[in-house]
Amino acid sequence: MSVLTTDTEAGTGAGPAPAPAAASRPTRLDLLVLPALIFFIAFAFIPMIGVLLLSFTDWDGISAISFAGFASWRQVFTDPGTYHALWLTLALMIVTWLVQTPISLLLGVFVAGHQRYRAALAVLYFLPLLLSSAAVAIAFKSLLDPNFGLAAGLHLPFLAQDWLGDPTLAFVTVVFVIAWQFIPFHTLIYQGGVRQIPVSMYEAAQIDGAGRIRQFFSITIPQLKYTIITSSTLMLVGSLTYFDLIFVLTGGGPGDATRILALDMYITGFKANQMGAASVIALILVVFGLALTLGIQRLGGTDRGASQMEGM
Amino acid sequence: MTTMTVAGRTSATRVKGRHNYLGGLLSWIWLAVIILPIYYVVITTFKNQGDYFSSNPLSLPIPPSFTAYSQVIKADIGLYFMNSVIVTIGTVVPVVLFGFLASYAIVRGNSRLLRYSRWLFLLGLAIPLQATIIPIYLIITKIHMYDSLGALILPSIAFGLPLTVLILSNFLRDVPKELFESMRLDGCTDWQMAWRLAFPLTRPAVVTVGIYNGLNVWNGFLFPLILTQSPDKRVMPLALWAFQGEYSVNIPAVLAAVVLSTVPILVLYVVGRRQLLSGLTAGFGK
Repeated sequence: MSVLTTDTEAGTGAGPAPAPAAASRPTRLDLLVLPALIFFIAFAFIPMIGVLLLSFTDWDGISAISFAGFASWRQVFTDPGTYHALWLTLALMIVTWLVQTPISLLLGVFVAGHQRYRAALAVLYFLPLLLSSAAVAIAFKSLLDPNFGLAAGLHLPFLAQDWLGDPTLAFVTVVFVIAWQFIPFHTLIYQGGVRQIPVSMYEAAQIDGAGRIRQFFSITIPQLKYTIITSSTLMLVGSLTYFDLIFVLTGGGPGDATRILALDMYITGFKANQMGAASVIALILVVFGLALTLGIQRLGGTDRGASQMEGM
Repeated sequence: MTTMTVAGRTSATRVKGRHNYLGGLLSWIWLAVIILPIYYVVITTFKNQGDYFSSNPLSLPIPPSFTAYSQVIKADIGLYFMNSVIVTIGTVVPVVLFGFLASYAIVRGNSRLLRYSRWLFLLGLAIPLQATIIPIYLIITKIHMYDSLGALILPSIAFGLPLTVLILSNFLRDVPKELFESMRLDGCTDWQMAWRLAFPLTRPAVVTVGIYNGLNVWNGFLFPLILTQSPDKRVMPLALWAFQGEYSVNIPAVLAAVVLSTVPILVLYVVGRRQLLSGLTAGFGK
């Protein structure tokens, strides 16, 4: 009986206005949310709290966990390696954004056209999306081999560098491989965005005598504002988590040349067996990510992702 | 209709305007950037080790050699492939099922528990998965599941849920309330309404989130790296990494493993490109 009453109230109440009588009583609908809720709390929510708790402990990953106060925090924040990792993460974030955004935007606009050859090209452009980061990294490791890779195949000696052995080149290589793997994804997002721009806007611009470049800057770019925000958010926040790719490609090396925060966390925790310090680094990652997401949202007003979340 | 208009517009522009040389040039350069590595990987897998060291890296292997593939298959890749299949299905089915039920409850009901749940799932969207890996490792060892396929499935379900619930509840909200009303008048329970009405209507979104979660799990590297150890528990991405360490001189075999790991997704790309791409951009690139 109680189920029926609750439902009527929730169902007929216009909009999200809460039905007071139903608010606190458990209903059968509550049971439906439980499986998802239990999984999420056990393996996502508790771990989120756990990172904070573990940052105040001393744990090598095997033996007992002991309270250690701010020792790990002190260790992480006095280690120059942390600042190097932070700087690298920031540099990688900015450089990959600068490289990926213009290319994906132009390609997205290009493949949004309805000519048949553009659709065919798009099918090929999206191929990297099918590969895992581990697969991409392994493929590029052999591809970049100076003797048996692409350089030898194309007879281009300037390509025959020690791409993964030199600190500066390793960074450049990581940026290139990230661009190779992720530009297709952002091209796909921009393609969707461009296709939603009303055709009438271009027709009007054409009547007014605006050229192609003028149309691009006066219609396409402003109309893509929210797409640019969405894509940039995914790019910038995603850059914090290029773990798999860099781990397989360089392992953070040579030396610490590509040891971004995520790798620093992994190496500190699972190689050096300092879970407390690794948890502090994990918290830096979380704060970094949240600050970025909120910052971008504020910069560009509400984006579609946010309005979707509000709708939920 | 829209497509027709757009196509008409585009061809009109092309007659009137100049050809877009810059776009054209960039698109062909990019094609080369994409295709060359893929071409290199595929042809290398059909070379034997001798050819790999002696022939031009970009020359076609004629006749093709299948040594690399037979070596990889002998190296238990079938087992790793099956592990990946088990983990992927074992994650996707519960995520979609639980996610659907939770979304139904969140959209239809309004209790305190449901509001807290909604808030929790939103929180889950904001926190990067990698940052929680140490407590997850701790929990998995405490429940004695370290080094099992289940250890990969449990946290993958948890981390698949937030976006799944977000997308499915957005979709369910669009189902007209009158449909639920008329079913209730016919005496249907919530359980029946969820399966007979809501589920069929949200099927496209269910496919999208299923693919989204499937790709994430199939390609996932961090959980397997940290939560498993023995060779017989390897999933494909981890096996690729291990192969690369073990057979570092046998590049054709390593790349053959790379190609085999991509086959299921490639098949999906060929038979259901639209669904795959919508799954990839689930929640963002509508």
